[in-house]
Amino acid sequence: MSKPAALVQWIDERFPLTATVKAHLSEYYAPKNFNFWYYFGSLALLVLVIQILSGIFLTMHYKADAASAFASVEYIMRDVPWGWLVRYIHSTGASMFFIVVYLHMFRGLLYGSYRKPRELLWIFGMLIYLCLMAEAFFGYLLPWGQMSYWGAQVIVNLFGAVPFVGEDLAVWIRGDYVVSDATLNRFFAFHVIAIPLVLLGLVAAHLVALHEVGSNNPDGIDIKKKKDPKTGIPLDGIPFHPYYTVKDIVGVVVFLMVFSIIIFFMPEVGGYFLEYNNFIPADPMKTPPHIAPVWYFTPYYAMLRAVPAMFGSQFPGVIVMGAAVVIFFLLPWLDRGKVRSIRYRGPLFKTALAVFAVSFVILGWLGVQPTDFLGKVGELETATLLARIFTVIYFLFFLAMPWYTSIDKEQPEPARVTG
Amino acid sequence: MSQNPAPDGSKRRLLLGATSVVGALGAAFVATPFLTSMAPSARARAAGAPVEVDISKLEPGMMVTVEWRGRPVWIIHRTKEMLDALPGASDKVADPQSSQPLQPEYAKNATRSIKADIAVLVGICTHLGCSPSAKMMIGPDSGLGADWPGGFYCPCHGSKFDLAGRVFKGMPAPVNLTVPPHTYFTDTRLLVGEDKKGA
Amino acid sequence: MKTLKSLLVSALLTLPVLASASTEHVVLDPAPIDNNDAASLQRGARMFVNYCLNCHAASHMRYNRLADIGISEEQIKDNLMFASEKIGDHMKVAMEAGDAAKWFGAQPPDLSVIARSRGADWLYTYLRTFYRDESRQTGWNNLTFPNVGMPHVLWELQGQQVLETPESEGGEHHGAHAAPKLVLAQAGTLSPKEYDAAVADLVNYLVFQGEPARAKRSQIGIVTLLFLGVLLVLAYALKKEYWKDVH
Repeated sequence: MSKPAALVQWIDERFPLTATVKAHLSEYYAPKNFNFWYYFGSLALLVLVIQILSGIFLTMHYKADAASAFASVEYIMRDVPWGWLVRYIHSTGASMFFIVVYLHMFRGLLYGSYRKPRELLWIFGMLIYLCLMAEAFFGYLLPWGQMSYWGAQVIVNLFGAVPFVGEDLAVWIRGDYVVSDATLNRFFAFHVIAIPLVLLGLVAAHLVALHEVGSNNPDGIDIKKKKDPKTGIPLDGIPFHPYYTVKDIVGVVVFLMVFSIIIFFMPEVGGYFLEYNNFIPADPMKTPPHIAPVWYFTPYYAMLRAVPAMFGSQFPGVIVMGAAVVIFFLLPWLDRGKVRSIRYRGPLFKTALAVFAVSFVILGWLGVQPTDFLGKVGELETATLLARIFTVIYFLFFLAMPWYTSIDKEQPEPARVTG
Repeated sequence: MSQNPAPDGSKRRLLLGATSVVGALGAAFVATPFLTSMAPSARARAAGAPVEVDISKLEPGMMVTVEWRGRPVWIIHRTKEMLDALPGASDKVADPQSSQPLQPEYAKNATRSIKADIAVLVGICTHLGCSPSAKMMIGPDSGLGADWPGGFYCPCHGSKFDLAGRVFKGMPAPVNLTVPPHTYFTDTRLLVGEDKKGA
Repeated sequence: MKTLKSLLVSALLTLPVLASASTEHVVLDPAPIDNNDAASLQRGARMFVNYCLNCHAASHMRYNRLADIGISEEQIKDNLMFASEKIGDHMKVAMEAGDAAKWFGAQPPDLSVIARSRGADWLYTYLRTFYRDESRQTGWNNLTFPNVGMPHVLWELQGQQVLETPESEGGEHHGAHAAPKLVLAQAGTLSPKEYDAAVADLVNYLVFQGEPARAKRSQIGIVTLLFLGVLLVLAYALKKEYWKDVH
């Protein structure tokens, strides 16, 4: 036996190396008709690795102290050899993570990847999304710029809007009466170790759940229903390795090209990836004229602003914003359709999904703008009116789904994948 | 649907090989900035910058200590007596010709210095890093014996060095004290930490 | 307590509205930035050290970084530094911290990354829109930054501008009053064109100072994309070769 083969055998006697590689790579059968939308899962994993690596190297030089945090970021940008590159990788990676994840989630909506038996897979994914939002929020305070400070101040104050316990809750979260050095230190702990550990666990669970039932596909049909009688291999399945490893590499290279264009030529992306106000050190005495969260939170921010104060409290807005995220969890049970994939859905679902996607984007755009940017209609800001309309549409996509999916005129699903 | 040609093994191997090589090159390109970011930053280099010393007030027989890169550097104005004692110590020291690379080329001489009467030495014992004490008095008054030529005594493990920083034989310290790079602007102003520009 | 909280949150959320009302849309002139023009950057560096460092710090910028724009250590030490500083030191401000706040009403901001927060166009316009205003303590006001605490440090170069609010003349300006204009009442040592060029140099330098790695990153970007292009061709060919198996 050759030396490498003997080594592998030695390991196999003590650790399921070959068995794992076979079960999850070379003999794990995925549908052969994966299209463009199926790149984003592996890309999300890539971005996670990029963020962890660049994050580790940033932590070597960053100082989580209100007095030196901003200066330490400039130290990284100027004095640390290649520090500017590590910083831009991390700031660009944060936004790219959301772009990739939003596209990955949209694939789920397109092809019904959340449907039985993948409900738990979807739930793990939604938990990852929640952790990602928390990770981004905590990370954003660290540069200790004006946007960092005031963004954190506003969001923590939202917790303060919770009835009865809000005030104490906000003080407990901050570790102080206002966002301060204490807050910065604990957000650093959350961002660097607490949430990454949870994220890694959830990603592992997400992949285990996926491999338990196998991937969905653009036709939404179950490839395990038609197996080769001799081998037991799904007729429309191909081993993940080498076919999808080699295909995903292409996806990775294209992604890295887009990533590089941003990092090397436009790292600020017009103020969307690196906000201009964040180059001003945090000043607790002075609020910048226009606070907006980073672009990936703006759809929810638009909803928060759209809900008027009720009973003297902003809390209803907080509830609506929270509900907008939580309602995603219910998707597997709201969808009463008989087919999974949009290819065979009826006109009602197709319209609903298109309108939902457009609403999400418009809400995001509204969230970036100041509320007065479109003038008024009567007493009300036009932008607020629009935000209210699109918030209702957003929720109707989910709340009316049991109705329109059950009466929709669907097409018959094919027996075999169509490519 | 169409005929399935047998996989072209050699083409596959070639493509796999080429892609792997370029990919590995890419990985090396990516790793380089990350690993280099761990090298001393501009801040560390500024803190480790050369130190200017004014020795116009340094009397013969006196020593001044400056800090360079976090370590003490001794500048000793050796008297004629001290210089005369150096050759006599040569057979008692382990490396009289400074063959070990503990000094710049211009200090590889009998006095281990640029100017014979000014010694510039890093005051860290070459054994385990303590800073030796100065025992510059020649002879028995130093407490180190009648034939003590003047030098340094390390209290941690007893290593002894002469006034050119040469370690005596049989000491725990293996090599001579380090002579740092240095250069003279004028006879009384010296720069510790940098060789003469253009050298 | 609840009303106070909700008032606070509503106030914070309406701040964007209030503040955007006060910043009327000032038209900004595009700043001619060229991060490869070493001569311009060097002139700008000299202007910065001579005019700005008296009151402003650039506390994240080290003197020896000026080597990136082609100034030698000797030149930096002789022309751009005080005797007591070392070449690796940061550009600290000449003034004491408290004095500035006393004299100008506010601490002059650190200018290390001012080009990244304000933008080159804003800075270029700001430095050219100062005008005499006797009602202000410093005697100066600014169209781009109304009621700014900073005096017109470059007034000897530009000269003195005044603000003219022309009366609405005839029927040509359909009803609305014409925008106030800045007019050069007293010439400075530089002509308006020369002054614009000098400010362009200074802003060019400020952009460099905001991100010294800027020029380098574009260069590396091109090499990276070329490399990835090669890798893409190979990876795609590899994929196509393997996927011949799949039908």
